[in-house]
Amino acid sequence: MEPGRSKSFKGLPVRQPPAINRFLSSTPVSLVIYCLIVYGILYSSFTGAQAMGYNWQWYQIPKYIYSYTDNGFQFGELMLGLWTTITLSFTAFLLALAIGFLVAFLRLSGLFIGTKIAISFLEFVRNVPLLVLVYLFYYVLGPVFKYDRYTASILCLAVYHSALISEILRAAINAVAQGQWEAAKSIGMSKMQTYQYIILPQSIRFMLPPMTGEAVHMVKSSAIVSVIAVAELTTLGQNIISDTYMAFEIWFTIALIYFFVIVILSIGASQVEKRYTVIN
Amino acid sequence: MTIESPIIKFQNVDKFYGNFQALSDISIEVQPSERMVICGPSGSGKSTLIRCINGLENHNFGKLIVDGVEIFDGSKDIIRLRQEIGMVFQQFNLFPHLTVLENLTIGPIKVRKVSKTEAEIMARKYLDRVHIPEQAEKYPAELSGGQQQRVAIARSLCMESKILLFDEPTSALDPEMINEVLDVMVELADTGITMVCVTHEMGFAKKVADTMVFMDEGKIIEVAPPDKFFSKPESARCKEFLEQILEH
Repeated sequence: MEPGRSKSFKGLPVRQPPAINRFLSSTPVSLVIYCLIVYGILYSSFTGAQAMGYNWQWYQIPKYIYSYTDNGFQFGELMLGLWTTITLSFTAFLLALAIGFLVAFLRLSGLFIGTKIAISFLEFVRNVPLLVLVYLFYYVLGPVFKYDRYTASILCLAVYHSALISEILRAAINAVAQGQWEAAKSIGMSKMQTYQYIILPQSIRFMLPPMTGEAVHMVKSSAIVSVIAVAELTTLGQNIISDTYMAFEIWFTIALIYFFVIVILSIGASQVEKRYTVIN
Repeated sequence: MTIESPIIKFQNVDKFYGNFQALSDISIEVQPSERMVICGPSGSGKSTLIRCINGLENHNFGKLIVDGVEIFDGSKDIIRLRQEIGMVFQQFNLFPHLTVLENLTIGPIKVRKVSKTEAEIMARKYLDRVHIPEQAEKYPAELSGGQQQRVAIARSLCMESKILLFDEPTSALDPEMINEVLDVMVELADTGITMVCVTHEMGFAKKVADTMVFMDEGKIIEVAPPDKFFSKPESARCKEFLEQILEH
């Protein structure tokens, strides 16, 4: 539709972009290109599987998700795994938030020692691969402090993400205008009160977008604790495959489950974001 | 009335930003209920001076005593002292996530521990005084600049302070909003509160000031009552400055 159709204009219409640009960016052409790509991927994987004589057993999948027996409705193995993934990620995220706040405040405290401790923690966590952290927390710190693999996975994920979270918090706190600090000080607020009533409520809208990204990242990186055999979604998937050899169906299913969980998480997050928008 | 001790007293105060000397050898006194207007070219240290009074900046040498309390970095008394000193900023610095009413009551409620109803009664009283009682439920962003600055003035009044500091309160305003803010400040001047204003509004200064101060390059060049200050300033620098801004 042309802009301002119902109005009258004295000026001539501005020149159109070149025809090739208009053709490529038109909706039907984009749609066709998109469908061709999706079809290409599906077709090649299907024919590839046919060629290697893969025996598709999609009918086997539902029982791993739920079953309806004489005992009534029951969740299947994959759903139990998903539940562990969710509780694991959730607990780890809460812990990561707590550590993240601590590190961010240490860094912002202005105390020489506080800043140094925070920076060394950040540098250590950021420069060690997550997989190595998992091994470290389970095989080294586990026996030393006598905790099980579930605790190890929570601690490890929390520590890894707390580094990222603390940077998000620090940036969000610094994004609040300096004048807010001065105004709060000038009405006699202490540093704690200023954070609580003035700075943090305003920084929420700066931290929410990257923080939801971090929550999604947490759910995804929780899959890595399958290397220490914590019974979450990925681990249970591997177990089923080693029993049934249905690698294609199970991995597709697991990818879809992660996908849906994360889409739901993102929708929820954008709702929360809307609530905290402040007009400036 | 007997001569009271000064409520603000600078004694040979120096302030440095790195190697740059923002204040040099400032000695000046403000008496209770005095209305002092500080002017001078930009970068002359007038904002720094006023911000030292409530400890937003810390001086490096000399002595600064406000309401009987010596001010220094890390002083425990400064937080309590700030309750006695209201400040109005050039950029208003209202809390954008709170309504006008909440902007006014958060200080009394959280800092002075006044009850919510009491704080709201007081807040409405001061909103009345700055002539915007109908804006109480709005957010700062919904108000014009002049209204925002009047809310900021009401916010500092709500702390029932003894001293009010104004740091170029009209410099960020559209010309047609300056007067509504100045009018409120003139009315305040009549209440007997101690006022220290950094401003270029010479009409306002002539109307309310007890003392005029001219600063340049971190030094106080001239201190005089307004009639003398405007008619025959002693220093050439001050004369030149006044000619510049009074021309228009």
